[in-house]
Amino acid sequence: MAIFSFCTDPATLETARWFVCYLTNGKHLIAYTSFGTVLLLLAITAPTALAFGFGGAIAARSRIAPLRWFGKGYTSIVRGVPDIVFFLFFVIALDQAFEWTRHQFFCPDWPDAIRQGNDFVVCQRAKLPLSNAPQWVHEVYGFLLAVLTFAIVFGAFAANVLFGAMRAVPRAQIETAEAYGMSERQAFWRVLIPQMWVFALPGLSNLWMILVKATPLLFLLGVEDIVYWARELGGTKGALFDYPHPDWRLWYFLGLLVFYLTLTRFSEIVLGRLSQRLSHGQATLAGEAQRKAAV
Amino acid sequence: MKKLILGALALSITAGAAYAGSHSVVRMGTEGAYPPWNFINDAGEVDGFERELGDELCKRAELNCEWVTNEWDSIIPNLTSGNYDTIIAGMSITAERDEVIDFTQAYTPADPSNYLAASDDVDLMGGVIAAQTGTIQAGYVAESGAMLVEFATPDETIAAVQNGEADAVLADASFLAPIAEQNGDLMIVGDPVALGGGVGMGVRESDAELKAKFDAAIQSMKDDGSLNALIAKWEVSTQW
Repeated sequence: MAIFSFCTDPATLETARWFVCYLTNGKHLIAYTSFGTVLLLLAITAPTALAFGFGGAIAARSRIAPLRWFGKGYTSIVRGVPDIVFFLFFVIALDQAFEWTRHQFFCPDWPDAIRQGNDFVVCQRAKLPLSNAPQWVHEVYGFLLAVLTFAIVFGAFAANVLFGAMRAVPRAQIETAEAYGMSERQAFWRVLIPQMWVFALPGLSNLWMILVKATPLLFLLGVEDIVYWARELGGTKGALFDYPHPDWRLWYFLGLLVFYLTLTRFSEIVLGRLSQRLSHGQATLAGEAQRKAAV
Repeated sequence: MKKLILGALALSITAGAAYAGSHSVVRMGTEGAYPPWNFINDAGEVDGFERELGDELCKRAELNCEWVTNEWDSIIPNLTSGNYDTIIAGMSITAERDEVIDFTQAYTPADPSNYLAASDDVDLMGGVIAAQTGTIQAGYVAESGAMLVEFATPDETIAAVQNGEADAVLADASFLAPIAEQNGDLMIVGDPVALGGGVGMGVRESDAELKAKFDAAIQSMKDDGSLNALIAKWEVSTQW
């Protein structure tokens, strides 16, 4: 299991080697991959949430009443429900909804009730993932549920930000576009959307920062993230373990602090550049300043 | 967005159409943070008394078992929702839990709980006492008149006593004994308290077949003395 050959008997090692072995034991290697899990989650969730938000904002602006109600309902309900409730119960409900649908599809002549008291019982074929599926399938499924839940929650906030940003684009811009003979759709896609981003960016960048720090909620969904591992690895390890140590959580959390600060600092730089780029040629103070500097 | 949800739904309906028999794999849910009962060992696997016990029970019941970890807070809802099939996580059999899930017969007897404190003159009935959320100990402290502070993990309850946030922590004697031994500044105080009706495996109320299988396996381990040997090896409780 151990990477280095001298790690066979940890009790006999001197300090430097002990740490080398300790930091490369199987448990630590699993913990290191959880950094990848978190980054992957962010990479998938951010665009998905943005898409949800965009859809929500467009729906909330729609002239068709039911679509508008849906858009407004989505943003207000999801924004109003505490995250912890969402992550504890919504995910279980979502999972049950999938299994219920599969159950209707696969086992239409199932004699028993699905709800038996507190239990939710579907036929074996309807299970998601199948209970005989390897553990990684369960983990990928949990991860996808997490992405979907994060996307729905953060999508609602993004929808509100984008809805506001769409309204912030000066009315004169749209009127000019229409005066040039653009249809409503053309004015929306060619004039409103490109100008909206600069107004949406401060709100969206806040959301991104919050999303970066919200990943510990993953463990509620059974996905083991970096905060779970920091707590688990740092906790006091007694004589049952090969590498006993006192409570080292402080050091592990300091490691996390460095990771998160690096990630948020990096995000700030990228978002700063993006903001500069989006301001280019815009009728905003920042855009005006850029124009003057170029003259 | 609707399209995405519909797409995900369609995908999930069609995914994995292979037929699975009744309990071809029994998923064993545990916490993985309560040594010596269950913990994640240095190789990153579930280990401890319940790992060894669970593997032996599965062998005797001729079941194919797989281990899963889940946070203590949501360990019961995830069982009833079918994300795993058993809870084997040092869970004491209590009337409140029995209303929601079923328990197999106990595999360890009702074990005394102890108070662990930084000094021997703390007020156990009126002071601030730490316990893990949703445990029998937390319920007992709340009724004892002491001020209860709850933590999500067992580790945090110990840390609370060490940094003075709580006067003492109430937990299973077997969990606290090695901690008191290793930390010179922590000690067991007061008299042991008997709580709960022993530790058993949690199963869904609708899963009578699985419950019967594990009941029989536990009984056979009790009868041939191998359960007592396991309890002695891991020092988790008194013997049968």
